Amino acid sequence: MTYLAKPRLHHPELPKNALGHTRRDYEGAISTLCAGCGHDSISAAIIQAFFDLDIAPHRVAKLSGIGCSSKTPTYFLGNSHGFNSVHGRMPSVLTGTALANRDLIYLGVSGDGDSASIGLGQFAHVLRRGVNMVYIVENNGVYGLTKGQFSATADRGSRSKRGAANNDEPIDLVLLALALGATFVARGFSGDKAQLVPLIKAAVMHRGAAFIDVISPCVAFNNHPGSTKSYDYVREHNEAVNRLDFMPEREPIGVEYPEGDARDIVLHDGGTLRLRKLDAGYDPSDKVRAMSFLEAHRARGEVVTGLLYLRADSNDMHAALQTVDAPLNALSDADLVPGSVVLGGVNASLR
Amino acid sequence: MATVHPARLARVNDFVVKFANVNGSGSASANGLFARAILRMGVPVAARNIFPSNIQGLPTWYEVRIVEAGWRGRRGGVDFMVAMNPQTWDKDVAEIESGGYLFHDSTRPLPASRFREDIITLGMPLTAICNAQYADPRQRQLFKNIIYLGALSALFGIDVAEIERLLAEQYRGKEALLDSNRKALALGREHALASFDCPLGLRVERRDRVGSRIFVDGNSAAALGALYGGATVAAWYPITPSSSLAESFAKWCGKFRTDPATGRRRYAIVQAEDELASIGIVIGAAWNGARAFTATSGPGISLMQEFLGLAYFAEIPAVLFDVQRGSPSTGMPTRTQQADLLSCAYASHGDTRHVLLFPEDPRECFELGALAFDLADRLQTPVFVMLDLDIGMQDWLCEPFAWDDRKTMDRGKVMTAQELDAGRDFGRYLDVDGDGIPWRTYPGAHPSKGSYFTRGTTKDRYARYTEEGPAYVDNMQRLQRKFETARTLLPGPEITDASQPTTAGVIWFGSTGAAMAESLAELERRGIHLDRMRIRAFPFHDAVAEFIAAHEHVFVVEQNRDAQLKMLLVNECRIDPARLSSVLHYDGTPITERMITREIAEQARLFVPGLGFQRPGIRKVS
Repeated sequence: MTYLAKPRLHHPELPKNALGHTRRDYEGAISTLCAGCGHDSISAAIIQAFFDLDIAPHRVAKLSGIGCSSKTPTYFLGNSHGFNSVHGRMPSVLTGTALANRDLIYLGVSGDGDSASIGLGQFAHVLRRGVNMVYIVENNGVYGLTKGQFSATADRGSRSKRGAANNDEPIDLVLLALALGATFVARGFSGDKAQLVPLIKAAVMHRGAAFIDVISPCVAFNNHPGSTKSYDYVREHNEAVNRLDFMPEREPIGVEYPEGDARDIVLHDGGTLRLRKLDAGYDPSDKVRAMSFLEAHRARGEVVTGLLYLRADSNDMHAALQTVDAPLNALSDADLVPGSVVLGGVNASLR
Repeated sequence: MATVHPARLARVNDFVVKFANVNGSGSASANGLFARAILRMGVPVAARNIFPSNIQGLPTWYEVRIVEAGWRGRRGGVDFMVAMNPQTWDKDVAEIESGGYLFHDSTRPLPASRFREDIITLGMPLTAICNAQYADPRQRQLFKNIIYLGALSALFGIDVAEIERLLAEQYRGKEALLDSNRKALALGREHALASFDCPLGLRVERRDRVGSRIFVDGNSAAALGALYGGATVAAWYPITPSSSLAESFAKWCGKFRTDPATGRRRYAIVQAEDELASIGIVIGAAWNGARAFTATSGPGISLMQEFLGLAYFAEIPAVLFDVQRGSPSTGMPTRTQQADLLSCAYASHGDTRHVLLFPEDPRECFELGALAFDLADRLQTPVFVMLDLDIGMQDWLCEPFAWDDRKTMDRGKVMTAQELDAGRDFGRYLDVDGDGIPWRTYPGAHPSKGSYFTRGTTKDRYARYTEEGPAYVDNMQRLQRKFETARTLLPGPEITDASQPTTAGVIWFGSTGAAMAESLAELERRGIHLDRMRIRAFPFHDAVAEFIAAHEHVFVVEQNRDAQLKMLLVNECRIDPARLSSVLHYDGTPITERMITREIAEQARLFVPGLGFQRPGIRKVS
């Protein structure tokens, strides 16, 4: 019931972040998704991440396409502008918004139908272009709003609720994102918030195209035995390669890890990612090895999660386009319109 | 070889020259110099490229109408053919008016059967001259064009100093190139002077009829309009005939929007993966407060349909330049038509209506191109600027661009943080003052006020999701009200009376105007007097319906098969279709004076008995 306002009662002792906001200030309307939907856990992780990062909600623009996942921006960051656009076309709308004002944070939320089927083209090109954004796919392998058809990420041989087997090869969005030049690629699981929140925080702080594929079981249509996107299946087959902590520069690093187990990655703005390796052989800075690792595990039916690839010296679309520092939407007549004298010169050149 | 014919054409500053070339042979530059040299002599020209969807090898033509009277349309017919393409020889020769001229490369002899008795043949061994002069095959080809240009300057009495000045401007700083071009020009000129009786009866004489006018194509004019209109974001996908609009925008921005010290740009241009992404980027940028546009053609408009419905329903400004081409489907990609009116006016599913602007020439592409951004912001809706290939890709002689420095961008109803703090009620879809236009906020404007959720689903006045029927109807009726407001903000029609009172009128829009002006003069000469109205925008101004009501019969001249403007008029102005009759031209070539005159003269006999005779008591529209 998105038209029902959420009660605004705050517990007086709710913790506040550096902006003086409580977690409630990062919430949105009441979710209309099914009870137990993985997407609601992702919304909660997004709320937690922005609260932790001390980002004012109105400095975020949240965009989505069409589908269950794309409804979720209503349920978080209620003081942000939101744009529920066209099925599969969120990436282009987000590209335009990012062009207009480079100073805001852009969060794109999509689903597996929205990104892997109808929107596969736009998914590809927004990553190629290096748009500075966080692109989250809430991946449940199924079309929820239209009641349970397979999506393009459903594994071959996985079974629908009615027992039919999926005959088509799945599209692995993480592998695609790597091939297409995303400079931050991760996979999370809606059932593992401790892993997901730092991934979202790191993605927000990353400059360039950051993609997170979040396996998010559909309790209504894809949470049964025979599904490879169910809570049980993902828990049993989750192969987490690392754990992440994101630390803004100002916070002292309090926890000591045994040498060789942790690695710090300094981001462009000075924030630090502390990566704790769970799989000693996995190196998220090596794209080629990451891709073969992912393929090998996929073949075994395992779901590899964690920070899978990071290019720390990445750049974004604005750098490539050499735009000015000021947001384009803030430029004035004086900045934009050359005036009649210049026009006289143009006329003279056309005679 | 044909012998000298007594009936040879002889006219000063009033004839048509057509160049038949092979695409990719480098002829465009020489042909352009020909037209511009005549302009520099103060004599107006109307020039058109007729080109195939091809990079190299297929036939291409360039038609230059030298016309002291200043008419801008095609006349029809050819008086002098420069036949440089063996592939199209027979067709080209057949097109020459009786008593006209055929200029050709006579290096290889052709049988007499390939010539005509009633035209004058001027053979010049161009290949032989080039082969003797140049060793490099590429030079042989390129300089052949300049050599025939030199010959034509002698034949038509064109001041060769004007061509040399143009060459000097073109090759400034490239002295070696300039020198070799000059030599080729002289070579052709001297050969012609020695071989033919120069100048011919068809000739150019210096006048002062060009004045301050400029020679420019509509696509680069529209792109300059977008720059002056304050556009900062352009997203496009290459499609003929609109690609040069986006490329021109890049060119103008490179000159006028780049910080000379840092090289940083006050604009962003994205060549998108398709037209869906182009319009998506435009909508996203405009939602976030930048002025944004795309340039496309009919197939692109088809692909953008779903997004256009979103922009209409969610009320997001967008500017689209539709450079129309031969349709449907891939159609005739390099030919002109005015056939996207309906697909733009009612673009997308459901009840939608859109704003269209109809520039008549490049000057108006600039003017309406800039205005479109104010209108889109003011009305918070897509605005289509409807060019066509004839306006977009051809150089037109038109009045110089003008700009009023007192003008500032009209960003429309945008609520600021200060206004929100002052306690103004913000409802994204709330009609505060009855014009149907709500207020909007830019993302990031205020920490706690004025944020809203934009969606294609139904919403109430405060942008909250709802599936309630009355809320839906309320919103749709407001959108209708907004469209009524648009009617009052758009450029009105240009209405001119006939020289004598008349019961009949004629309506047209866009590039048709070029041939229309001349046709109306010819019809008046024949005693057929028509009041005239050029439509400049949709939804139609009230004066449009009034004009039709004030005449017993109205001709509607347009360049499509289905009489799309007439359909819009009948539908939107509730006109009895019997009052309107169509003059339709849609073979992909620009409409001509001869065609319009013939059609109207014929139809006038059928529909309007006594047309041309004064009748008392007819209400006139001024």
